[in-house]
Amino acid sequence: MYHLALKMLLGDRAKYAMLVGGLTFATMLMTQQSAVFCGILKWTTSHMSNMRAQLWVVDRNVQQANELKALRDTDVNRVRSVTGVAWAMPLYITIQSAKLADGNFKPILLVGLDNTTLVGRPPVIVHGRLEDMRLPNSIILDELGIKRLSVGRAKPLGLGDTFELNDKEARIVGICRADRHFFGYPYAYATYTQALQFAPKQRKMLSLVLAEPAPGWTPERAAKQIQAETGMKAYTEDELFWATIWWHFRNTGIPIAFISIIVLGFIVGTTISGQTFYAFVHENLRHLGALKAMGASNALLARMLLVQSLTVGFLGYGIGALLVTAFGHAVLGRGEPPFMLPWQLPAMTFAIVMGICCFSAMLGIRKVWKVEPAIVFRG
Amino acid sequence: MSATASTQLAVHVRAVSKTFGTGEAAVPALKGVDFNARQGELLMIVGPSGCGKTTLLSVIAGTLNFDGGEIDVFGSPLHRMKPRDITEFRKSHVGFIFQQFNLIPTLSCIENVSVPLLINGASRRVAEQKAEAMLDQLGLPGRGHERPTNLSGGQQQRVAIARALVHEPRLVICDEPTSALDKDTGGHIMDLLRDVARHPDRSVIVVTHDNRIFKYADRLTEMEDGRVQRVHDQAGNPDLSE
Repeated sequence: MYHLALKMLLGDRAKYAMLVGGLTFATMLMTQQSAVFCGILKWTTSHMSNMRAQLWVVDRNVQQANELKALRDTDVNRVRSVTGVAWAMPLYITIQSAKLADGNFKPILLVGLDNTTLVGRPPVIVHGRLEDMRLPNSIILDELGIKRLSVGRAKPLGLGDTFELNDKEARIVGICRADRHFFGYPYAYATYTQALQFAPKQRKMLSLVLAEPAPGWTPERAAKQIQAETGMKAYTEDELFWATIWWHFRNTGIPIAFISIIVLGFIVGTTISGQTFYAFVHENLRHLGALKAMGASNALLARMLLVQSLTVGFLGYGIGALLVTAFGHAVLGRGEPPFMLPWQLPAMTFAIVMGICCFSAMLGIRKVWKVEPAIVFRG
Repeated sequence: MSATASTQLAVHVRAVSKTFGTGEAAVPALKGVDFNARQGELLMIVGPSGCGKTTLLSVIAGTLNFDGGEIDVFGSPLHRMKPRDITEFRKSHVGFIFQQFNLIPTLSCIENVSVPLLINGASRRVAEQKAEAMLDQLGLPGRGHERPTNLSGGQQQRVAIARALVHEPRLVICDEPTSALDKDTGGHIMDLLRDVARHPDRSVIVVTHDNRIFKYADRLTEMEDGRVQRVHDQAGNPDLSE
């Protein structure tokens, strides 16, 4: 009987198209907006992915990675002296202005790494050598920085080219690939000493300390020990990641904006699908009543309606997911808008779409359940 | 009585009553109806609109609950059966022919005819083979893969008859089978139904108010105001056995 149920559905092309279209739209809206939302949240944690360390030691009042409060230069030695810490290195992060060829300025995120170890180095060097960072006035710029700072030039910036960074000459000795920052600023890496020379002098310059637990110490235990001995706040990488995500969740309007659109997708999907499927059942009530008169049980009719509903659900979800994948493929190549599609998102959307389909089927099943087979004898 | 009609009862209805609605809005549709249909006969239930003939047909077919009385259909006591058992009974023992054919327009004729077999658990291949054979038997060879909407009214009713008979039911229920057809086509359909009724182990009950087809009945049961008034043959001779 299920093949007949599907033929009944496919025979009503307008409603079939409406059902599949509605669920495709809902799938797209929910998945794409969730992926962009996750992408934005991922951007807020770009420091962690671009500088990688097991322990992040910051001022005790720091709540997330993008709002740092400067430490004293001696604090790095205090961390080094803590039992359970294998090593600790200083890191300087600041936003500075880079001058373009056309005279305009663009902000860049300048990261100063420990001169000797270069701990916090960029994840992927595309051109040049990391060690050249130790040469005078040298920096390694990320690909976004190359693109942004090349505006107004005859050809894009490359190795050996220079630009003005805070009125000082900076020479590009390497190009790296780094995750985008939430504010959209490019990353530029220099040695700690060099970064301090690029930036204007302040009383306290150390932004944070990157550290690693000693052998036999877990990051969590070492972090607790650092806090206990120094009074500073020590995060494991995972803790800082989630603290940053939740901070933006709580303190910005981004979640509400995205969740509104995602909920809208759910409502649109439910409304279109529910209403159309109900109308489909209503129009076929006489035929369903005839099937009931001929001996089709309520359970059989319910299964037929479920097959119809879930079929459009699978199709709508499939097409929607395909379109979102194509969108993701296109934007990931360009780097914006942010897009992150962990498997949980399509899985969640799939569950929601199937839920919508089951709800729509339930509306129809309820209707069919109540129909007396004698309806077929009424003119 | 036709040559094949026996005195064995196919349907035995005793003091059946049915009221729609409750309280002041209550409308009694059947008021203690007594009624018999024999095996091998084509019996018509006739009467003016609202007299209760369709309600009687519905309760005999097991598609409508009744309030009181007893109904035996080929020995199965509907009044004692649970709803699930009545559905099972309908599935295997009752064939339906409706006024507006009730064919599913998005399915082919073969698929429409195969429905009762599929409901009874037949495989798709077997059901479609039998459906095609039944359509051939009823004068629609080669039309099985067409949609019902491409056929004339008479042809559609033939498809409906094929659907009613394909699973070889013992009781065939027809609700105004000719009302949507012209006189000639209606006559052909009634010839067909009379042939269907000439099976010693089957009974055909037709509800109609189309007096042009009364001549096809072995017996006529006249109803009025929820009661059986008279049972007689085509010539008007009363059936004294009732």
